[in-house]
Amino acid sequence: MDNGMEEAGNIMPAAVLESKAAYDIIRGRFGDAVSEFDANPTMPFFEVADASKWVDIALFMRDDARLKFNYMACLSGVDYMEQEQLGIVCNLESIGHYPHRIAVKVKCRREGGSIPSVACVWHTANWHEREAYDMYGMTFEGHPDLRRILCPEDWTGFPLRKDYQVQETYHGIKVPY
Amino acid sequence: MGLLDANISNRNVLVTSVDNVMNWARLSSLWPMGFGLACCAIEMMATNASNYDLERFGIFPRSSPRQSDLMIVAGTVTMKMAEKVVTLYEQMPEPRYVLSMGSCSNCGGPYWNHGYHVLKGVDRVIPVDVYVPGCPPRPEALIGGLMKIQELVRMEGLGISRQDALKKLAEKSVDAQQVIDQVRRATA
Repeated sequence: MDNGMEEAGNIMPAAVLESKAAYDIIRGRFGDAVSEFDANPTMPFFEVADASKWVDIALFMRDDARLKFNYMACLSGVDYMEQEQLGIVCNLESIGHYPHRIAVKVKCRREGGSIPSVACVWHTANWHEREAYDMYGMTFEGHPDLRRILCPEDWTGFPLRKDYQVQETYHGIKVPY
Repeated sequence: MGLLDANISNRNVLVTSVDNVMNWARLSSLWPMGFGLACCAIEMMATNASNYDLERFGIFPRSSPRQSDLMIVAGTVTMKMAEKVVTLYEQMPEPRYVLSMGSCSNCGGPYWNHGYHVLKGVDRVIPVDVYVPGCPPRPEALIGGLMKIQELVRMEGLGISRQDALKKLAEKSVDAQQVIDQVRRATA
């Protein structure tokens, strides 16, 4: 019974198999710099274990003839408060070449952590990384213009962190209700 | 104007007070500043457009605060925008009026608790004359608010401060629930 359920859980939908095939190519090139594949049916993903390799992995994913991840659909920030980490999740797709899509997670230390910028790989990442910085406070090494994008430039704190406390006043105006 | 419809003889001479004429002119040509901040602006635009046709009240948006006497704060005022709203308000010539349209500019609306970036009521930075509730308010509600502004203008006069005018207006206020009940009884 247990075995049967486990087997049923291991059957991957066709879309996930596509992602797995793409992942295997990346794994074959970068080895332990990337984590195990997670066959999440909504969005299969892997994690970049060695963040310093992130730009190389990104360039490989974009340019390799078997991958052609030429489109960054989204870049989101995450606060892993319990693990004292911040992270990003990049949703990548290949428009006009392959049906595969995959998410890549990169993490860094929560305080003073930094992640290499991929704004030079996908231009979409430029504003998205600025937004992640604005909301979570991780810096992006090598970003061409890392400023806050939504909050005022002299805002205090990073609003989407789980322990965020809003400031009392902004330029003499009361902020909380 | 009932007077204009009446058959006026005697060389069209009317006797009235300066206050009356001035107030009639001012309330019949309220020029709001043309700017919108969020979804309320869509309702404001709909009110300006042909179906509701604000121009029949002499109300049409101006592109410059220096030509406006009414500010319709239509939408969510972010902390970033708050200071700009103050600047725009200060650029408007007096006498000027502020209508706060919708829950966001009234009190922060749905952002009152977790909206770190939202000013919890535009009355924290500029004085508001009329609040129009709604999220967003329908054009009818906005027109109702504009007519309240017109009533306020009508209460003003030479030597009467805005505070006194507001007091006079408050004395004339009607309990909304009574009116609603009345209409419901009549239509039941």
